[in-house]
Amino acid sequence: MKSLFEIGRYFVFLTKVFARPEKGKMYFKRFFEEIYSLGINSLGIVTIISVFMGMVITLQTAYNLENPLIPEYLVGLTTRDSMILEFSSTIVGLILAGKVGSNIASEIGTMQVTEQIDALEIMGVNPASFLVMPKIFAFMFILPFLVIFSIFIGVTGGFIISATTNVISIQDYLYGIHYAFNEYYVTYTLIKSVFFAFIITSVSSYFGYYTKGGALEVGRASTKGVVYSSIFILLFNYILTQLLLT
Amino acid sequence: MIEVKNISKSFDGKQVLKDITATFHTGKINLIIGQSGSGKSVLLKSLVGLHKIDKGEIIYDKRPYSTLNFKQKKQIRREIGMVFQGGALFDSATVLENVMFPLEMFTKMSPAEKRDRAEFCIEKVHLENANKKYPSEISGGMQKRVAIARAIALNPKYLFCDEPNSGLDPKTSIIIDNLIKEITTEFNITTIVNTHDMNSVMEIGDNIIYIYQGNKWWEGNKSEIFKTENPELNNFVFASELYKKIKKTI
Ligand SMILES: Nc1ncnc2c1ncn2[C@@H]1O[C@H](COP(=O)(O)OP(=O)(O)OP(=O)(O)O)[C@@H](O)[C@H]1O
Ligand SMILES: [Mg+2]
Repeated sequence: MKSLFEIGRYFVFLTKVFARPEKGKMYFKRFFEEIYSLGINSLGIVTIISVFMGMVITLQTAYNLENPLIPEYLVGLTTRDSMILEFSSTIVGLILAGKVGSNIASEIGTMQVTEQIDALEIMGVNPASFLVMPKIFAFMFILPFLVIFSIFIGVTGGFIISATTNVISIQDYLYGIHYAFNEYYVTYTLIKSVFFAFIITSVSSYFGYYTKGGALEVGRASTKGVVYSSIFILLFNYILTQLLLT
Repeated sequence: MIEVKNISKSFDGKQVLKDITATFHTGKINLIIGQSGSGKSVLLKSLVGLHKIDKGEIIYDKRPYSTLNFKQKKQIRREIGMVFQGGALFDSATVLENVMFPLEMFTKMSPAEKRDRAEFCIEKVHLENANKKYPSEISGGMQKRVAIARAIALNPKYLFCDEPNSGLDPKTSIIIDNLIKEITTEFNITTIVNTHDMNSVMEIGDNIIYIYQGNKWWEGNKSEIFKTENPELNNFVFASELYKKIKKTI
């Protein structure tokens, strides 16, 4: 019953968010600010997790391919395809659900409990639309770039392994990452990332927006935002994979 | 002039406002006083439309709010300035940006004009050298003043202040009270101020409404309030030892 109410309210919230903007120019300005604060500010964490993931995938695959009949370059191919298919969109999505999601939910939650949202409303601004719409569009725009960036960094991580250890030769690794490249995988992962961006921003904004009370509730809203974003990312990862890959 | 007719408001079955009827006059400071939890903030938020009232009518200068269409309601919102109990400044924006915000959203002024207007409002509240500071970097009293500057940026016809001087020292409180009074008479605004501060009542109480447990219990002005026989109001007004002593002398 409670969850039905939440789902209903979430969709009502979305209709508020996607109402016609009052002043396009201000929304545009906010869009660029959000690209910076949600996207560019996440470059650091995306770099760190991607390079380590690329390294670990390469190491694990190399250790598991002991069979001499399987060519070594498959290690490079596996690193590339794992990054493209799953890690750079889903894992990065989950990590960013933590970073960006909690950031958004606590920002909007704080604005709610300190009456900043009421202040906007009084001025005749639609707060849901003004605060949330630019976030959603900005993140849907920038996350695919972060994913592509993550793929490159991950593959570079694997390269570091091939260059610094002797589990696989540089030649084999480089051959592998060029071998049988399927462009559709990239399309697939970018489509996923756009969905994930929408989920993270809208779900965490929703929990922030309906915060009632004080600092404690803001913390709770932020946790909920992260947890539900993550769950929906995993759910949609499954649905989209069913739809797009099989 | 804002007229309020028989408004009631409940939350989850608990009635907070009980059939309140009142008139708030133009060019005057209309005070709403009452104990903490009596329903002052709820009344103020109901007046501006942040709470949907269950019953009754609110009339802004002959315009009954409930009969207005979306566009007309929006127009009234533009005529309202509000100072929230906690200030409600946008914490990601500087003082100047906070005051400029309504101008950015709702006017076609040039950047220079917006700046001028914002600086004029900031000057009105006697704030100097704070333009570039963020709300977290200024004191509570300064935040309240910025909130007032932001509320008057669009030349409101109606100004609502929810405890503009709570948490401030007596001297700063008086400065803020006088500021509100000055703005109200200068621009002929219908001002409604929530307070439980007796000093404010003395300073600026042109027209006072006393709320007791969600009811309008008493109405009058600052000279009448000290002579009242109403026991609940007496308890409220003469709560402190100081005022009890004063009462004996009058
Ligand atoms: N959004 C809300 N939901 C449910 N109950 C509420 C809500 N807002 C206020 N109340 C209740 O209404 C009553 C009056 O609250 P209100 O904030 O108007 O008091 P107040 O007179 O402004 O007090 P204070 O001087 O402390 O600010 C309180 O009992 C409060 O619990
Ligand atoms: Mg209050």
